[in-house]
Parts: sequence; C-alpha cells; structure tokens
Amino acid sequence: MKKDQNIIDLAISQEYEYGFTTDIEQETIPPGLSEDVIRIISSKKNEPDWLLNWRLNAYKQWLKMDEPDWSKLNYTTIDFQAISYYAAPKQKEKLKSLDEVDPELLDTYNKLGIPLEEQKLLANVAVDAVFDSVSVTTTFKEELAKHGVIFCSFSEAVQNHPDIVKKYLGSVVPTTDNYFAALNSAVFSDGSFVYIPKNVRCPMELSTYFRINAAKTGQFERTLIVAEEGSHVSYLEGCTAPMRDENQLHAAVVELVAHKNAQIKYSTVQNWYPGDPKTGKGGIYNFVTKRGTCLEENSKISWTQVETGSALTWKYPSCILKGNNSVGEFYSVALSNNFQQADTGTKMIHLGKNTKSTIISKGISAGKGQNTYRGGVKIMKNAENARNYSQCDSILIGDKCSAHTFPYIDVRNPSAQMEHEASTSKIGEDQLFYCNQRGISTEDAVSLIVNGFCKDVFNELPMEFAVEAQKLMEVSLEGAVG
Amino acid sequence: MLIIKNIHASVDGKEILKGIDLSVNPGELHAIMGRNGSGKSTLANIITGRDNFIVTKGSITYNGINLLDMATEDRALAGIFMSFQYPVAIPGVNNAYFLRAALNAKLKHHGKSEVNAADFMRLMREKVKSVNLDESYLSRAVNDGFSGGEKKRNEILQMLTLEPELSILDETDSGLDIDALKTIAEGINNFRNKNRSFLTITHYQRLLQYMHPDYIHVLIDGKIVKSGDIELANQLEKKGYSWLES
Repeated sequence: MKKDQNIIDLAISQEYEYGFTTDIEQETIPPGLSEDVIRIISSKKNEPDWLLNWRLNAYKQWLKMDEPDWSKLNYTTIDFQAISYYAAPKQKEKLKSLDEVDPELLDTYNKLGIPLEEQKLLANVAVDAVFDSVSVTTTFKEELAKHGVIFCSFSEAVQNHPDIVKKYLGSVVPTTDNYFAALNSAVFSDGSFVYIPKNVRCPMELSTYFRINAAKTGQFERTLIVAEEGSHVSYLEGCTAPMRDENQLHAAVVELVAHKNAQIKYSTVQNWYPGDPKTGKGGIYNFVTKRGTCLEENSKISWTQVETGSALTWKYPSCILKGNNSVGEFYSVALSNNFQQADTGTKMIHLGKNTKSTIISKGISAGKGQNTYRGGVKIMKNAENARNYSQCDSILIGDKCSAHTFPYIDVRNPSAQMEHEASTSKIGEDQLFYCNQRGISTEDAVSLIVNGFCKDVFNELPMEFAVEAQKLMEVSLEGAVG
Repeated sequence: MLIIKNIHASVDGKEILKGIDLSVNPGELHAIMGRNGSGKSTLANIITGRDNFIVTKGSITYNGINLLDMATEDRALAGIFMSFQYPVAIPGVNNAYFLRAALNAKLKHHGKSEVNAADFMRLMREKVKSVNLDESYLSRAVNDGFSGGEKKRNEILQMLTLEPELSILDETDSGLDIDALKTIAEGINNFRNKNRSFLTITHYQRLLQYMHPDYIHVLIDGKIVKSGDIELANQLEKKGYSWLES
C-alpha cells in the first residue's frame, strides 16, 4: 500500500511538472546530427562551456570512428541522420480510466503482479487527486539529504554539483572507448546522478522510480554513481513493465566509481519492447556501455541484470579492479525469444593485487532467439594473486534458437587462479513429458525449469526485484514451447 | 477402472500394438510380461499419452471417460501415474520443490487448498523412510546424479506422495539389487488397497514373487497371447517366451 501511495504521489508531481508550468517549449529539433544540433542541446540545458566542449570533442571523435561489426548481431543499418536528438518533454493526453487501455497490455501488467495504481501510471491514466501537499518523492529526498546522499537527474547535477560531475565524467568510460559511447557523450539527454559521501550507507534502495521524469527514460541516458570511502549504495534501474518508445536506438552510458572500502550494487531489470513476435520488427536496439572502477582498495562493484526485452541487446557491464583486494561481480540472466538477439557479457580487468571477480551468466534462448555470451577476463602483469570464477550456462528451448559463448581469457601473471565452467542444455521433450506426467502443465514445467536455471542470479537481486523477475520470465516465455 | 479395447498403436509409422484388450478393476495388480520390442513400453506410453505414440484403432476409457482425448497432465490429474523405466534428470530443479508443485497441482484440481512448504517437508520426511532414501535427496535436483536404484526409489517416492489410483510401473525392477528390490516391493505393497490398481511391466518374475499379482498377461509381437496367474510366470521362467510363440 505504501508503495502505491508513492506512485500516486509521483504521478501528481509529474502533473505539476508538465501541466502547470508555462515555459515548456513544444518544439522538437528536426532529425539529423551536426555540431549545431549539439550546441542547441547544450544551450537548452543551460550547460556550462566545459561541458559543451566535452560534447563537441566527443562528436569529433565519433566522426572518425566506425560502427563496430564484430558482434553476432544482425540488424539493418542505423541512419544516424534520421534520428531527432532533442525533443521537449511531451504532455500526453491522459486517459480517463484503465478501461480505455489496450486489454492485452493490462493482462501483462496483471501477470507481472503490478499494483493497480502503478498500472494507471504506466498506462498514462489520470490518477485521482486527493493528496497531501507533501509528495512522497520530496520526503524520500529529505531522508536522503539527511545523510548527505545526492540523488538527482544528471542535468540537475551539472547545475548543482558541477565539480563532482567534472571530476568523474568520462573517467570510467572515456569518449573514445567505443562508437556508441562517443555518440552518447556527444548527445546524451539525461540520466541519474548519485553521490554517497564518506562512510554513509545509503538508507534505502535508490530506484529510477524516484527520479524526476523517470517514466520517460531518455534515448541517450548518461548515469554517474560515485561512492566515497566506506560508503554503500544499492541502485535499481528499470522496471518489469514492457516499455515502448518511438525512438528505436538506445545508447546509454553508466559509470560507477567506488573508493576505498566502498560498495556499489547496480541492479537492472530490462523489458524494452522486443519487436513484433511474428516479424521481429519495431523492437528497441539497446546498445549500452556500463563500467565500474574499483578505484581504491577493498572496494566492490556488483552488476546484476535480468534482460528480457529489446530486439537487440549489446552490453558488457564491466569492472576495472584497480584497488588491491577489490572485488567485481557480474550476475546475469538474458532471454532471447522470438526474433530477439543478444550479444552480452562482461569484462573483468584485474590490475591491483589480490583482486577477485565472479561471473555467472545464464542465457536462455527460445523461438528464433539468438543469445551470445562474450566475456573477457584480463589479469594484468602486476595483478598478483588474482582469482576469477566464471560460469556461463545456456539453455535452449525449441530447435530454432541458438546460443554462442566466446570467453576470452588473458592472463599475464603466473599467480592467477582461474576457474571456468560452461554448460549448454536443452529443455528436452522428455523432461517436459516427465513434468506433464506428474500433473504439471507444460507452461508451468518450463517456468520450473527456467527458474531453477536462473536461481543463482535471482538470489543476487534485491528481493522485490527477484519476485518481479520470476514473473517476468514466465510472461516472456509464454508460447515458447508448443 | 481402466478398459482397453482393441488398441492398435504405431510409433514412427510402424505398428507396434496390434489389438490389445485389457480390463483393470480397482484393487487389482496386473503384470505385463514380454520380450524386448513386444510393445510393453508402447502400451505404457499410450496410456499416459506421450507424443509420437499414435493410436490408430480402438479405445481406452478410465472410469468411464475417454482417455485418448485428454492431454498427459490431465490424465495424471485424473489419477494415473507412471514410474518411468529411465527417469529423466531435471538439473536446477529441487526434488522437494518439484514434488510439491505436482502435489499442489493435484490438490488444486480437486478444489483443495495447496500444501505449504513446512507441512510438505514434514510429509516428505516420513515418505523418504519408506523408500530408504536419505533426506538429503529432497534438496538435490530431480534425479540429477542419482544412481539407477536411487532413481527408481525416487519414482516410488513420488507415487507414495501423489497417491494415484492407477500406477503403471515400467520395468521398475530393472537395474536393482535384491535389497533395493525388496524395499520397493514393500513400499508398493504397503500402498496397495482396494481402490488402487497397478500395471506392472517387467521381464522378470522376481518382483512378482514379492508383489503377488492378480493377473499376468504375456505380450508377444503386439498382442496379449496368454493371461493367467502367478503360475504362468513360473512356467515362463522355466520355458521362456518361445513356448508361447508357437
């Protein structure tokens, strides 16, 4: 119930955001990318010169780069000139009740266990306005402020905390890192900014729900999380409800910085529109660069993700283990059904001494889905006593899907201990028949088997997400067998 | 309870069952014996409703309802259980969790409330004793890494938990040593009552000595050529199947 109230209040604060201010510009810049477009974006956001120059620099570098072609992804060429790089927040006409919403969409929300008020918010239905003047979002922020935790949009951070932004922006993912990171650096719209001061354990899980403008996530998101010495934070991104967007290309960049004894846990549940199940058309292309640096000793960064959406997923959340004794973890479940394609994995780079990394990747392929795991573990020359454990498992449902594994292991220090396990299995007809013969329906049997398969990863998710993630798997696998 | 009339069945286009008639009443234990390839497992698969096993002629009714129209899981919920000859492993799926899902499916089917985890574990701790399996098998993945004998005992454990009205035991005795055989036979005998029926498929008369069947049927080349009582099994032991093939 409390969560419902949160969501209602958030909706109201948004209404004020869009409905009651008069200085919202309605225009959208025509499609196309050029230096001028970048200047317009920067000026609309009222950015300082240093940031404008940073963007322009990235753009110049992007022009010199070629789109990567080494992945196993098959897609029609993206026309970067056909995308509009700035659009003012739209005020959509609100529906009067859930009765006006596509019943199939409501059915999905119900299966995912999304509370009624939240369904209204997601479906853009007007929410009843009987409220306190104090919105819960404000209360949430006050609680955080007491501890000195800063959690705001990236744009706000540029205005209110420019020094921190300037210090860390691009320090984990430089603009030249890759083609899509360069593009993002030039045209990023907005994202999250989190700063946890020294020795503070952030009292609550930070979720994208509580970020202003959360409901309309940007196309080129930029997120920066900085955890000072001794601090802890758990950040949740995304939601299980299927999200649509007119913009097909998503190229985000997420940078995490953990100082001495600090811990950052970053959890993602992604269910972007995967495209028409019969033709594969229209799905989101999700090209993301996520990286964390364990800057100083005893720091720890954990990536946990459940990816069930998008037509194309290209992401390798990575950790640079610079500090001695630092720890990097990657737990992932990636599902490719119908025509989805995923080329994902992680990179663990061991630089400091006594560093440790754990990789558990579970790939599920169904329909005509194609799932590729690409992992890199690099133990550099001075990384004494490094340890890595990697486990990448694939499960195939049906006979038209595929799973590929490309583990890269590069060890340059003889004291390293590496363990690698991989398995591929099929959900066999005989396993399903066995379950059927015990009175368990085929759909329930697939759920049972897939949940057992994903258990190790689901156990790493914050509890609320774990329950939603299980339901999400069930919904995403509907019709996968048959 | 189970009435099989003139069943003809094919697998991969080849006719295996060529006209089977069989009636099983509540409380009866029938044994089906025959060479490899005679159609014993095909009969079991036809009753449980496996894909690729096509009934070309004949009918099967179970308590009056047409079984052949029903999906496998519905036949199971109606009270039919099969102990598999080669039980398959399901890695990652906890044995207790799996059984509880099956039990709850049955309870739900009968309009009863589901059993909770604690009550279920209490129930299981009792049942594992009857099949001489250690409690630790409950937290392992279904049949994953189990020996042949352990798998067969796990099948009987499932039978004792789900309490079916008709149990088909497909070569439950193959691959078992004498002690395991005795344990399983005891488990089955304690489970028998006047409402429960059994169809035991076997090569050997060993298990039958412990289980005292009401009827024995000999299957040769897709047909039941002779039916009798335990004496028939003794004769087969002495003379082999060729005695009946002429």
